Amino acid sequence: MTHQAEFGPDLAEVFGPSHQVRHDSGGPELVQLLTPEGERVEHPEFSFDLDDEAVRGFYRDMVLTRRIDTEATALQRHGELGIWAQLLGQEAAQIGAGRAMRTQDFAFPTYREHGVAWCKGVDPLNLLGLFRGVDQGGWDPNDNNFGLYTIVIGAQTLHATGYAMGMQRDGAVGTGDPERDSAVIAHFGDGASSQGDVNEAFIFAASYNAPVVFFCQNNQWAISEPIERQTRIPLYQRALGFGFPGLRVDGNDVLATYAVTKAALDRARDGQGPTFVEAYTYRMGAHTTTDDPTRYRLSDDVEHWKLKDPIARVEVYLKRNGLADDDFFAGVQQEAAELGAHLREGCKALPDPTPLQGFEHVYAEMTEELAAQRDGYADYLASFEGEGH
Amino acid sequence: MKITLAKGLNMGLRKAMEDNPKVLMMGEDVGKLGGVFRITDGLQKDFGEDRVIDSPLAESGIVGTAVGMAMRGYRPVVEIQFDGFVYPAYDQIVCQVAKINYRSQGRVPMPIVIRIPYGGGIGAVEHHSESPEAQFAHTPGLKVVSCSNPVDGYWMIQQAIASDDPVIFLEPKRQYHADKAELDEDATPDPLHASRVIRQGTDLTLIAYGPMVKTSLKAAEAAATEGRSIEVIDLRTLSPLDMGPVLDSVRRTGRAVITHEAHVNLGMGSEVAARITEQCFYSLEAPVLRVGGFDTPYPPSRVEEEWLPDLDRVLDAVDRSLAF
Repeated sequence: MTHQAEFGPDLAEVFGPSHQVRHDSGGPELVQLLTPEGERVEHPEFSFDLDDEAVRGFYRDMVLTRRIDTEATALQRHGELGIWAQLLGQEAAQIGAGRAMRTQDFAFPTYREHGVAWCKGVDPLNLLGLFRGVDQGGWDPNDNNFGLYTIVIGAQTLHATGYAMGMQRDGAVGTGDPERDSAVIAHFGDGASSQGDVNEAFIFAASYNAPVVFFCQNNQWAISEPIERQTRIPLYQRALGFGFPGLRVDGNDVLATYAVTKAALDRARDGQGPTFVEAYTYRMGAHTTTDDPTRYRLSDDVEHWKLKDPIARVEVYLKRNGLADDDFFAGVQQEAAELGAHLREGCKALPDPTPLQGFEHVYAEMTEELAAQRDGYADYLASFEGEGH
Repeated sequence: MKITLAKGLNMGLRKAMEDNPKVLMMGEDVGKLGGVFRITDGLQKDFGEDRVIDSPLAESGIVGTAVGMAMRGYRPVVEIQFDGFVYPAYDQIVCQVAKINYRSQGRVPMPIVIRIPYGGGIGAVEHHSESPEAQFAHTPGLKVVSCSNPVDGYWMIQQAIASDDPVIFLEPKRQYHADKAELDEDATPDPLHASRVIRQGTDLTLIAYGPMVKTSLKAAEAAATEGRSIEVIDLRTLSPLDMGPVLDSVRRTGRAVITHEAHVNLGMGSEVAARITEQCFYSLEAPVLRVGGFDTPYPPSRVEEEWLPDLDRVLDAVDRSLAF
């Protein structure tokens, strides 16, 4: 069964092959700088301008991010987390986007941006609180310029746009000062592209020329729904209708994702407005640990994408070109093991909130009526003391 | 100086913008036009397009971007053009505005004011005359207030903007240009979340807010001519409720009627009645009665004056309570 057969006539037949929603290869417009086989290729518009040290750094970031993911998945299987949203296969998209940011840039994540959180310096242990059920956001967004995970699909794209409008009003855009000029990345997925909020965010950002990069990880699946259910043209082409540029990058190529995102951020910081980046990737795991993808997609598809693994291609590139030795790879593995231990031990040590803590922070200052309700509940709880409960 | 409610709000907004450069206005037609009710009249001219922002026609976009601006340290005041147009923003209000302080454990406050002209009586088409207050008062994390007169309009809008919590600010649109009142800008206002006894009486407590305050005062006057002494309370704050003055009054009068334009079913009156019953049970001489809009969609405007609770329907409830 082809996806196209299920979803009606192929617009590519009318408008040409570049209008095909799903390309096995990502299509001719895909920006790629490192092939799945680990070969460096050049692109007429985008180039990777960092040194080998940076590539080794990206490799390390991706390995550690994957370790966060596998460790958290294991913690869920052991009953330590209620649920986990896996990013397996999307490491390059997230590390490329995350490392393209400057300190002063602000990222608005969905609930799957564990790799971006890593790049922004959030302790991955803090990501687990939400999934363990001990909090609903365990870090201060202002510490690392990394927003709280947002579960309502696409809602954060409007927050990102508003935050970018605030940057404009702070005079933090287009001054030419690299320490001052700032931008925002709004993360979302292919499913979110159907949400009204995302489309409104595009409109507001375009209207005010806001310094925001709309970074869409098109991982082909919104739980069980394939990309063809969300769109009849490649997502990046939608940007044109909103009045700003759209690009499709190989989201499994960390070098290309970095280069394209950096160019988009530079443009935003410079005051030239929003850009849509479609990182063409694949959700190799389940939607979350509660999902069963075998019910809706073919294992052939997954096997096909395994050949495009974002980490393997960098490893091949580094080894083939003699850019990293065995000690380097062993060192990264050692770090991953330590990170895993940190998460295992730290997760179990996360303190449960008390029932009365749930009354805190509903308001900046607790209202009298809520305080009365809390006190009444405290008295009720106290009435059981000494009864062996 | 004698001012209308529209003028009081306009002056209050202007004062807030003068006092704090982080205060921004955003909404549909709030800039050049000054809003369809002219509440933001002249503000864009004096404070510029960066601070008084004409937005695209998308309510979720207005509120959602306000969230982002608040995160960046601004204090956005957004205008929803009419009550019935707030629903596209309902998700952002209920799931984001109301919850981000809680989600962030107090690290990210949401000092956003969402101004909503509400209520009926202006002969409008569908969606322009509704009273959605209970939908927001039901949501933890939001504060909900309604002004009823020009002086409160001037003070309450400034207090709402100064609040670190999100405030749904309901403006009785029928009152915008109706009456004038004397404003003393040097006075000390009541706190934002305080109810107020606006007419003293001994026989029954009549509780109202927003557009029904005026009707309730008229009802009390009419009842007085028949020798009945009605105490009238302007709730002013709907979430949190300030029940102190209400309970104190009902303990003295033994009778309570609450009135609002919103549908009676699960309206603010239901909550107030429940709290009176819980806390003044032994003082009550009669069941607490509610007078409100019927449980239908807001009707075509030719019959809205029959649909809206008016002087006679309020007095009818007063009579029923007193006869109990």
